[in-house]
Amino acid sequence: MRETRLLRLLAGLTLAACLSPATAGDGRTPRPAIDKARAGTQCVAEPAVMRREHPQMLKHQRDDTVHGGIRGAKASLKACIDCHASPTSGSVAQTDKDFCASCHAYAAVRIDCFECHSTKPQRVAVKP
Amino acid sequence: MNDPAETRNFWLLVAFGGLVTLIGLGAAHYMEVHGHIVTGMTNQVVWGLPHVFAIFMIVAASGVLNVASIGSVFGQKAYKPRAPLSGLLCLALLAGGLMVLMLDLGRPERVIVAATYYNFKSVFAWNVFLYSGMGAIVAVYLWTMFERRLNAYSKPAGIAALVWRFVLTTGTGSIFGFLVARQAYQSALLAPLFIVLSFGWGLAVFLLTQSTMYAWNGRRLPEDVQRRMARLLGVFIAASLYLVAVYHLTNLYFARQGAFESFILLGRGGGTLYALLFWGGYVLVGSVLPMLLLFHPKAGRQGDMLRAAALVIAGAFAWLFVFIIGGQAFPLEIFPGHEVSSSFGDGAVEAYVPSWPEFLLGVGGVGAAFVLTTVGVRALDFMPQDDLPAAASAQESA
Amino acid sequence: MSAPVPPTDEERRASGEPVAATTRRRWLGAAAAAGASGLALAPGVRLIESARAAAPQGAAGAGANPKVRWGLLIDTTKCASGCTDCVDACNAENGLDPRPTPTSAQWMRKVEIKEIKTGRKSSVPMLCQHCAEPPCVDVCPTGASFKRVDGIVLVDRHICIGCRYCMMACPYKARSFVHETLTEQKPDVPRGKGCVESCTLCVHRIDQGQTTTACQDACTRAGHGAIVFGDLNDPQSEIAQRVRQAASVQLRADLKIDPGVRYQGL
Repeated sequence: MRETRLLRLLAGLTLAACLSPATAGDGRTPRPAIDKARAGTQCVAEPAVMRREHPQMLKHQRDDTVHGGIRGAKASLKACIDCHASPTSGSVAQTDKDFCASCHAYAAVRIDCFECHSTKPQRVAVKP
Repeated sequence: MNDPAETRNFWLLVAFGGLVTLIGLGAAHYMEVHGHIVTGMTNQVVWGLPHVFAIFMIVAASGVLNVASIGSVFGQKAYKPRAPLSGLLCLALLAGGLMVLMLDLGRPERVIVAATYYNFKSVFAWNVFLYSGMGAIVAVYLWTMFERRLNAYSKPAGIAALVWRFVLTTGTGSIFGFLVARQAYQSALLAPLFIVLSFGWGLAVFLLTQSTMYAWNGRRLPEDVQRRMARLLGVFIAASLYLVAVYHLTNLYFARQGAFESFILLGRGGGTLYALLFWGGYVLVGSVLPMLLLFHPKAGRQGDMLRAAALVIAGAFAWLFVFIIGGQAFPLEIFPGHEVSSSFGDGAVEAYVPSWPEFLLGVGGVGAAFVLTTVGVRALDFMPQDDLPAAASAQESA
Repeated sequence: MSAPVPPTDEERRASGEPVAATTRRRWLGAAAAAGASGLALAPGVRLIESARAAAPQGAAGAGANPKVRWGLLIDTTKCASGCTDCVDACNAENGLDPRPTPTSAQWMRKVEIKEIKTGRKSSVPMLCQHCAEPPCVDVCPTGASFKRVDGIVLVDRHICIGCRYCMMACPYKARSFVHETLTEQKPDVPRGKGCVESCTLCVHRIDQGQTTTACQDACTRAGHGAIVFGDLNDPQSEIAQRVRQAASVQLRADLKIDPGVRYQGL
């Protein structure tokens, strides 16, 4: 008797948790507003593919770069930043409107890439 | 067991230990958020006070299991009822020591990385398996002792625990022994030294815990058991002192180690603190005084044994401070036969000053071990049962 | 201590309650909970599936060459005491804080040495020696400290856990630990709090085809010419010719770890 009540409560909570993202669109969290990439550049892949695969791409590439010395590949993080740095902040993760930070703030997935990596592209950094 | 005064005391102890542990966790968080700049550690002394606490607890964890080994493996009946408590203390100390070690990492959130990426040439990588395996083996060992149907397996489990902890403590000593470039460490002697140190430190912790439990339950440790364990502690202290002496004597014989040894033993060149801690802390307070308390014909009461155990632990901390921090404070010899100076502290002795976050983290680990022991002792029956029939005790004293 | 115990089926039957209904109810509840939990987990499972299914994108560039062994030759007779051109260049190239403190990262430093017996003085640039058998690589528990196929010893900061064991193992005090949060890193040189680091032989320049390190550039530009960087395995390279013609030593050669940095004038 008591267990059925408990089970029902558990089932209800789990269901509610599953259904809630569908209603969050107009809620508190602003949808990501991503600036277009720098003009004259080419997409690495379709946005849907990038959204799904970019963690794996970056993880594979970091081993290639650090251990293999391969730089300038398609999935190079520096290349991402070069193209996608916001024209206003000059960065990909400085404000919540910037490329990486906006989606990651929306999805509440914390990344620690930028504890070490610069969020600004090379050319901005060497600007006098 | 459910006496209201006892229950209240239990919760008070857990609350106190829990508070100490929480403060330690808070200190670790502070270190993680701000970086190690808030500690006294630098690029010269990279392992500080937390490592002193952690290594004491890990070495003592291995040694405290000795009591169980003497019972289960070597068949000494007086030690058999003490085996479960020694197993619990092993788990508690191991947990506390590992907690401090992992929280002192530069990136403690990457402990998962340590568990998934391995370089098997590194003793540290082996230690990840050795320490977690120790926990598992001791858990199984405790199970064979508590579950009556499995009692027959407690001897093989005890043997497995014995072998495992020898390998584990060899690994702990080898963390330092494998460092070829450091004058304080590059020695194969460190592995057996750590094993013998573990015997003394573990038994000291066990004696203090055991007597506290007996006092708490209004019981007395039988005279003959007390005398035997006191003598054993004295033997372990003497053996440790012997190996430490051999280590230093050998170092003194080598001309190239002369400067380092006079730094540690005589305090020359800025090593005053380490010399004081070594002679006053480890030799006098941690070895000579306890041996007097344990072996002197006028001594021999239980109070003497407990005082000796406490002094051994104090001496252990002193020795570890000299070993770990003194060994790093002395500069590396990159240019033998030269005087050196640089912007990076070459040729200079580092003045390491422990900071509050480091101390609180170390104490927090002790708190965690304390909480685990208290809860374990309350939940299960770890109290040694000394109801030995008179015939048996007459047999073994023969 | 005295929570109500649910009646067993026997007791239910005895009191006349239908047993099948309650058992069915319980079974339905368990199934619903399991189904809902499955629904909650399913999106995560799909994401993991698609992540595994992704093929890694193609990589560009040749990468590290195993036939090469990068090394440095430092002629200390050309090093003036008090000159820090190489150190300053290294700090500027890698974005290091130039103010020396016990906790600052010093990838390169000048060590002033004086031989006790003879009184002879030298000024020695000190940095990671990029050993062929690096003790720091042996002791790293995660393998973050590693030697690349072309001889450069690096720290993979993605897997460094900051245990500082490599710093204990290094005979040259070459490694630094980052003690505080960093900002304004150079895009080519990512570095961060909690990881260990050391001289990279300007690997970011070498990988992109350049043939000099920042320290060598600065020293040459200033006219001292004390530092030569090159491929020790290439008999035609300047460094290989120089070490063949004139005597050079490795520091702490007794340790037999075969550093890639050699010194003349010591």
